[in-house]
Amino acid sequence: MSAFSGGPLAPHNHPAIMNRAMATNVSASTRAQTSSMPTMALIAGWLIPGAGHLLQRKWIRGSLLMVSIVAMFAIGLALKGKIYSPNTGDLLDILNFAGDLGNGLLYILARMLDLGQVTVQVATADYGTKFMVVAGLLNIISAVDAHSLATGRKRS
Amino acid sequence: MTISHFGAVLLFSLFTSIVFGITQRSEPRMMIRFGAFCFVLFVGGTIAASWIMWLIKH
Repeated sequence: MSAFSGGPLAPHNHPAIMNRAMATNVSASTRAQTSSMPTMALIAGWLIPGAGHLLQRKWIRGSLLMVSIVAMFAIGLALKGKIYSPNTGDLLDILNFAGDLGNGLLYILARMLDLGQVTVQVATADYGTKFMVVAGLLNIISAVDAHSLATGRKRS
Repeated sequence: MTISHFGAVLLFSLFTSIVFGITQRSEPRMMIRFGAFCFVLFVGGTIAASWIMWLIKH
């Protein structure tokens, strides 16, 4: 039996260590409960690509994410890719719609302006469709990364 | 807009690698290394798959 597994010398039996650990846990949980930054970073990052990182003053990362995701979406539209709608009933359409929805405001804007609704006439249009779906999925990853940064799960 | 197949591969790999690099690593140096690694894998994998398809056809 180890000397630290029980008895008065064990760290979990030392009052000073216990008090410090409890105080640290309480303050960490209180910060997590009271701070709205993680939720804001998640939602802002989803609505506007890179905004979750920009909110946390990660200027270069936020700008790179924004440029990459917006450029992928714009290239997808320029290639005459398709923007998926909800409730088509086809399972693959639903999955593609979920990917498109990851683009946040870009998707809403494209739907409002009736972009990406033309019938496919060129061979590379399918690339455009995939560019936009992947841009949405990458945006979800970046929003979750911003959330992890805000909660402290990711170091820096 | 028209784009070649290889051009599409390069653009897709570039933007995807940037996002992967930033989100999957913590330190800036490791972000660049992982992003470059992903880019090489994307482009190299596509070229390798293309040659395999060509060999199967011929």
